[in-house]
Amino acid sequence: MTTALLEARDLSVHKGLRQLLKDVTLCVEPGDLWQLAGGNGIGKTSLLRSFARLASIEVYGDLSRCDDVLYVGHSAALKGAMTPRQNLKYHPSGLCTPTDTEIDEALAAVGLAGYENALTARLSAGQKRRVALARLFLPSGRLWLLDEPFTALDVAGVAVLEQRFTAHAQAGGAVVFTSHQSTDLGDLLSVLDLEQFRGD
Amino acid sequence: MTEARDIDILHYCRSQTVRQLMLMVRSPSEVVNPLLFFLLVIVLFPLGLGPDPEQLSVLAPGILWVVALLSNLMICMRLFVDDLEDGSLEQLAMARVPLSIAVLPQLLASWLASGLLLSVVSPLFGLMLGLPLNVAPVLIASLLMGTAIMLLLGAVGAALTVGVQRGGILLALLILPLYVPILIAGTRALNEALQGGDPSIALALLGAGVTGGLVLAPLAIAAGLRVSLEL
Repeated sequence: MTTALLEARDLSVHKGLRQLLKDVTLCVEPGDLWQLAGGNGIGKTSLLRSFARLASIEVYGDLSRCDDVLYVGHSAALKGAMTPRQNLKYHPSGLCTPTDTEIDEALAAVGLAGYENALTARLSAGQKRRVALARLFLPSGRLWLLDEPFTALDVAGVAVLEQRFTAHAQAGGAVVFTSHQSTDLGDLLSVLDLEQFRGD
Repeated sequence: MTEARDIDILHYCRSQTVRQLMLMVRSPSEVVNPLLFFLLVIVLFPLGLGPDPEQLSVLAPGILWVVALLSNLMICMRLFVDDLEDGSLEQLAMARVPLSIAVLPQLLASWLASGLLLSVVSPLFGLMLGLPLNVAPVLIASLLMGTAIMLLLGAVGAALTVGVQRGGILLALLILPLYVPILIAGTRALNEALQGGDPSIALALLGAGVTGGLVLAPLAIAAGLRVSLEL
C-alpha cells in the first residue's frame, strides 16, 4: 500500500479579501508528477506555498502531507557573497547535509562544473537558477514543491531538469510544480488546471 | 534516491552559524559600521562637552551605554531584511527544526560580530572619556551581557517589523522602551564601580536578563517571523 505524500481536500486559498481558489482537491502519490497550470494571477504560487505550509493564515480546508519536503520558490535563498558550493553546503533549509563530492556532482549535473568557487553574485540569472535547482541533485526530500522551475533555463537545462523529475518519480518521490510551459514529461505527468477551481 | 538523512539539530545550528559568520566576513561593512558609529559618537562628546576629564568621567557611563544602545539598534534594523528578500527566511521556516531554534545561529553570529567586539574594545573608548582603567572589567562584563539582551529584544522587534516597508522608526519605537531597564542596570553597575561601590547587584540583574532573554526571546522571534512571513 502506498500512502499519499500530499492530500488536499476542499482547500480554499485567499489573498487579502479575495478568494483565489476554492474546493481544490488533489492527492499526490509517490511516483506522481503534477503540473499546476493556469493564467497569471490565478493562484498557482499561492497554492504551492500553501502546500509548503508557508501561508496557512489564508488557507482553509484539509491538508496533510509528509514532512520530507523540498521547496524551491522564486527567490532561492542564495547569497551573492558566497560561492555556489557554500550556498548549497550551508543552505538554511538544512534538509540534508551533503558532502563536498555530492555538491560538486550536483553542480556538474546542472552544468556548473568550473563555477563551484565563483561568487554567486557574478553568475547570470540562469546560472543562479541552476544553483538553486542543484539542490534537486543532492539527497533531498521526497516531495518537491517547485515554483516555476523552468524560468530562465535554456533548452538543455529544461531537458536535464525533466530527466531529473522522471528519475525522482521512478524512485518513489513526487513533484508538484507550477509552469506555463508545456513540458516533455510524457505519461508520468498530470496537469491540474486551476481554472476549474477559480474562486468567487 | 538516497534516503533523506535526519537532521541533527546541533549539526544544523553549527552549519548555519558558519554560514552567518561567512556572510559577515564577506561583507565586513556590516561589522565595522556599528563600531565606527560608536567611535565617531564617542569622539564627538569631548568636543561638545569640553575636555575636562573630571566632568567627562562623570558622564562616561551614560554616554557609553547610550551609544552602545544606538549602535545595537542599527544592527537590529538590518537583522532579517536581506534574508526576507532573498527567500532565506522561507527556507529557514521549511527546515525541520523549530523556527525558534533555527534563528539562534544568526543571533549568535550577530552578537559575536557586534556585542562581543564592542565589549572587548570598550575600555579603549572608556579611556577617551576619562574612565579609569580599573573599571574596565565591569565595563566589559556589563556590555557583554547588555548587548546580548539588547540583541535578543531587538530581534523580537526586527522579526515583527521586517515585512514593513521602512520599518526602522517603528522598530525603534517598539524596542527602545524595552531597553530602558538594561540602560539603567548597565550605567548603575558602572557608576557603582566608579565610586568604589559594589556593582554585583546590577551585574546580576543583567545576567538574569540574559538568561530570561535566551529562554523567552527565541519563542517571540519565531512568532514574529511567522507573522511577517504570513505563515
